[in-house]
Amino acid sequence: MANFTKATGIKDWLDQRLAIDKVEKVMMSEYWIPKNINFLWAMGMVLVITFALLVVSGIFLLMYYVPTVDEAFNSVNYTIMREVDFGWLWRHVHGVAASVVFLIIYIHMFTGIYYGSYKKGREMIWISGMLLFVAFSAEAFSGYMLPWGQMSYWAGMVITNLFAGGSLHADGLVEWIRGDYVPAQAFLGRFFMLHVLLIPLAIMGLIGLHFGALRIPHVNNQEGEEIDFDKEAKKYLDGDKAGSKVMRFANDFMSKDMMVVGVYLVFFFYLVFYNYGFAMDPVNFDPADGLKTPAHIYPEWYFLWSYEILRPFGIDLGLILFAFAQVIFVLLPFLDRSPNAVPANRRGLFAIWFWVMLVNMIVLTAMGKLPPEDPFSTIGFVSAVLFVAQWLALPIITSYEKKV
Amino acid sequence: MKDNSRRGFMGKAFGAVAGVGAVASLYAMKKSWDPLPSVKAAGFTTLDMSNYEEDVMITEKWRGKPIFVLKKSAKVMKKEEGNPEAEARNIKVGNDNYMIAIGLCTHLGCIPAFRKEEGNFLCACHGGMFDASGLAIKSPPPRGFDIPPFKIDGNKLVLGEVGPEYQAMKDNGVTL
Amino acid sequence: MKNKEPLILAVVVVFSLIVYYLVEPYAHHVMHKQVESENFVYADLPAITKTGNVANGKELVMGAGACTGCHSIEVAGVAASMDPVSAAGAYGVNPPDLSNAGVVFDAKFLDALIKNPAEALKVSHKFDESKGQMHPMIPFYGAGGDIDQEVADMVAYLQSIAVSQEELTPKMAYENACGRCHAVGYEKWTQIGEKPKFKYEKDSLAFDIKVLEYQDSLKAYMGKLPPDLSMYYRSRGEHFILTLMENPQNHLAGTAMPRVGVSAESAEKVMEHLKDAADPKRQERAEIGMNVMIYIIIFAIFAILWKKQVWRDLH
Repeated sequence: MANFTKATGIKDWLDQRLAIDKVEKVMMSEYWIPKNINFLWAMGMVLVITFALLVVSGIFLLMYYVPTVDEAFNSVNYTIMREVDFGWLWRHVHGVAASVVFLIIYIHMFTGIYYGSYKKGREMIWISGMLLFVAFSAEAFSGYMLPWGQMSYWAGMVITNLFAGGSLHADGLVEWIRGDYVPAQAFLGRFFMLHVLLIPLAIMGLIGLHFGALRIPHVNNQEGEEIDFDKEAKKYLDGDKAGSKVMRFANDFMSKDMMVVGVYLVFFFYLVFYNYGFAMDPVNFDPADGLKTPAHIYPEWYFLWSYEILRPFGIDLGLILFAFAQVIFVLLPFLDRSPNAVPANRRGLFAIWFWVMLVNMIVLTAMGKLPPEDPFSTIGFVSAVLFVAQWLALPIITSYEKKV
Repeated sequence: MKDNSRRGFMGKAFGAVAGVGAVASLYAMKKSWDPLPSVKAAGFTTLDMSNYEEDVMITEKWRGKPIFVLKKSAKVMKKEEGNPEAEARNIKVGNDNYMIAIGLCTHLGCIPAFRKEEGNFLCACHGGMFDASGLAIKSPPPRGFDIPPFKIDGNKLVLGEVGPEYQAMKDNGVTL
Repeated sequence: MKNKEPLILAVVVVFSLIVYYLVEPYAHHVMHKQVESENFVYADLPAITKTGNVANGKELVMGAGACTGCHSIEVAGVAASMDPVSAAGAYGVNPPDLSNAGVVFDAKFLDALIKNPAEALKVSHKFDESKGQMHPMIPFYGAGGDIDQEVADMVAYLQSIAVSQEELTPKMAYENACGRCHAVGYEKWTQIGEKPKFKYEKDSLAFDIKVLEYQDSLKAYMGKLPPDLSMYYRSRGEHFILTLMENPQNHLAGTAMPRVGVSAESAEKVMEHLKDAADPKRQERAEIGMNVMIYIIIFAIFAILWKKQVWRDLH
């Protein structure tokens, strides 16, 4: 049985019961971070802060939102925007954060790809991160249904139709997902549940996994240098703070995290107050009407690249390639056959692969929003083919890579 | 050792029993997502076919979906002549000919707009086109408009019920 | 070692801005028809050449078979001959009260409207006299004298009885220009006026039924029910609404919506009213935005200073 002594103070009392000293060391003061990193390593903290903003603003929206097809639109646009004090602030913060979180996720992802941070024991960090991407996508999509505007309705219609599987014609599955023949009350109710309960729970669990996956391999650094963390930590603790290659997570690295967060929040609140339009599509300020399709249907910007992979092909091939695009990033650690875990600029062909992939995904994103007519559909078709070709080529070009 | 293996066996047996419960509850969860009986029951719409004018496209509503009804003029019928695919889709009520179809693009479910001048349908989402008989004439839609189950009852047409004409269309693969 | 952070930041910012440019300004530019504003000058309508005489105009407006046969002029003591629902039944839409027509609508437009309604309203595709489709408003064919002078007199009279531009509120401008076809649910406005607070549900329902009856006539007249404009400022934006008011045909060729004919000042007021409906907290947002920006910059400065202090020992 554990031996409890009379506590010398609150801290000691807690320490005897919760081992807070030990926890503090493991998670903060003796969680060692390489010094040779740049501000891109702070994107994780930026995401944590953005997720916190989403949760807090979401809680306040939840108090007045009514998940019924008759009331949803008005509860958002009338009750929350006009009546609730600061309701407009929560809504704009929620809408802008939902969009910006994907910008940061993409930066975070491409940082990982560039620096090879998915290799040599860091595979689980990458996989859990990609699962988070999927969960955030589901969260964004389900949230987009809730204002029940024209884009909510028609995005819901088009995306759930994907589950018919093209020629498989699985209408039963589509109707099961919707709970009706078309998106209606049952559909709104279940997506509301997913958005405010089930998916956030999954996201929180996955964030725990993502952080946990990081603790043993430690974060990568910007030269791909293999650091002996025990040795460097000892050096630091012995007083040679400047000579050690590592630093404490808190407060050393945390202070830099917060500096980046500070600058990011200036950008974020500028968007919230002065440039929120990109995150709240004008078409969604028309109430849902099942008998009138909007002139242009497009998803939010962060889904455009995968939407464009679906679009230029016939339905079956389109769906297969769409599914391919959804899962292929998860497999990156296994498709990259190179022995090197160093920045892309030192990896020859892979450097070209990286920049082409980045630019091509931006092209796909742009074409996904533009109307499906020439020259946009031709450019989109070429880009989509290139995207698939690049992934097929990855194992080949990386297996010829020389050890650096 | 013997005890251990016995515990191992009981552990597995317990796991199996727990698994049965989990699978059984999955069944209940699946059923809870099914469309409600009231949703399924509200699935019949009766159209009075004497209300339609030739070459005027009317959108009706059935199970929350738009239903295109186009009474075809002699001119349109002449154009369809010799096209077995178009003829197979023709719905005859009394002496009049109709195109009746679910007004959703078979690609991803947008509602195509009827263009009176051209006499065809254009989907704004991905540029698919359908002719006046409901056949797809421009990709990406993989097939013509789906035809809703119908039953002809004198000069009326009941959507949601399966009549012999609809059954024949389904059997011949005219509609899914 | 060289500090790469400025270069990395530049790469991140440039790529983000390219994405933003392509999916927002550029994509919307391609998707939406560009309609330039004509600044409400109504260049297609002839200028008024005659100076109007108010007293003469009054006689013409009030005269037998002229305006007051259908229009009420409440400030001049002319009451409506029918309630809005019956009027809509008779004409398709309730003819407007003319008390403030002189300030809401452009003088040139009023002049042209009195002479040839279908033309001035840009709905001649819908009302073709040769096919016997008469616009419910009958053109003024003249009272025997110089028609240009007579119409100028009528316009002068309408301007003389209207409130001044300063007194015209955004709400009044909206009601005169758009309110008989378009409801604004979020401002409790229906096509037959503001919905009052009723003590008994029965009275409230009776009012709703009147609205529905009015809407039925309107639907038959316009082809479909004109949409509720509560959220139009956010769904369509200022430029679209102003250019649509100016000439609906520029945006929606063949639409049944008539040209509204408002003056530039009144158009601004109509816009103000729609902003109040769709985005009533915009002033508050601007003020709080400024305070939050000041705070968050201070926050960032403190974060930078803290980082500098912590990292001093690390190098």
